[in-house]
Amino acid sequence: MERNDEMLVRGSQVPEPDELDLKTREAIGNFKASVHAWSDAMVSRPRKEPQQAARKTWRLTPGWVLGCFVFVGAVGGGLYQNHHQQELARIAAVREAEQQRQIAAERARQEEDLLAKVDSDISREVPSAMEPLAALMTDEESK
Amino acid sequence: MAACTALEPMTKATADQLAEQDFESVVATHRAQIFRFLLASTRDVDLAETLTQDCFLKAHRNWSGFRGESSAMTWLMRIAINLQKDNWRNRRLQFWRQTRANAVDVDEASDWLPSGERSAEQQMLAREQVANVWRSVDKLSGRQRTVFLLRFVEELELKEIADATGLSEGTVKAHLSRALSRVRTDLGEK
Repeated sequence: MERNDEMLVRGSQVPEPDELDLKTREAIGNFKASVHAWSDAMVSRPRKEPQQAARKTWRLTPGWVLGCFVFVGAVGGGLYQNHHQQELARIAAVREAEQQRQIAAERARQEEDLLAKVDSDISREVPSAMEPLAALMTDEESK
Repeated sequence: MAACTALEPMTKATADQLAEQDFESVVATHRAQIFRFLLASTRDVDLAETLTQDCFLKAHRNWSGFRGESSAMTWLMRIAINLQKDNWRNRRLQFWRQTRANAVDVDEASDWLPSGERSAEQQMLAREQVANVWRSVDKLSGRQRTVFLLRFVEELELKEIADATGLSEGTVKAHLSRALSRVRTDLGEK
């Protein structure tokens, strides 16, 4: 950087504004006068910008508010719809499960009844297994 | 000791009041010049106004730290140059924005001429010259432009430009020489 600066400085001659050639002096003089005139005009102009800016802001505000409402409505509606569908699906699943459980319970009850009926139909009264022996023992003892 | 303590707040208040008055006079004296430099640098009236406000706000905050090593104008100009640089850097970073969104074009800027006793032809010639200088200034590097404007629009001395830009006097000369050579070449080509 220092080296660049040194290179820049070497051989640079800057004439005073009065020492410039006529064309350049005139052009730069007009340029300076123009910048001064522009700046003076801007400094002394009535300051309407903040009001205009405020008005512009107010003009923009309803648009923004409406836009926000539409956005919030769209997003909220979508979310509500999604939530509603999930809720319906959950209720349907619960109902389905309850129905299945009832069907299973009914089937179990029917099977149980059927088994009980079969048991009662085919069961017969059988003598006690020890009865003949008991009769024999009684006879021997009497002898 | 007690007297000192009792007097101290009053003295400080008076000093603050004096400093405030000083600052107000500094604002009144240099505001137009700072605005003009920023306007010429940016060609954007709103931006120049904002940067001028920022410049004096920053200066007010640091007014107690200003020790008068350079003139108040040089000090303010230095703040303005730094603000302008920061602004340019920020805008360049925000690449999706058009960098010169509110800047007026060269022809519009050249419309401003002092109302003097000139013929229509002279006015037209002067406008043409001003537009050419604007076009030429547009092509300069940031430093060259700053140095050129400070020298030929604000008519600062080389030492003052060096103080305001933080460059050495030799570097200022070099930038100025190059800027002037560019402007001369461009004017000669027309």
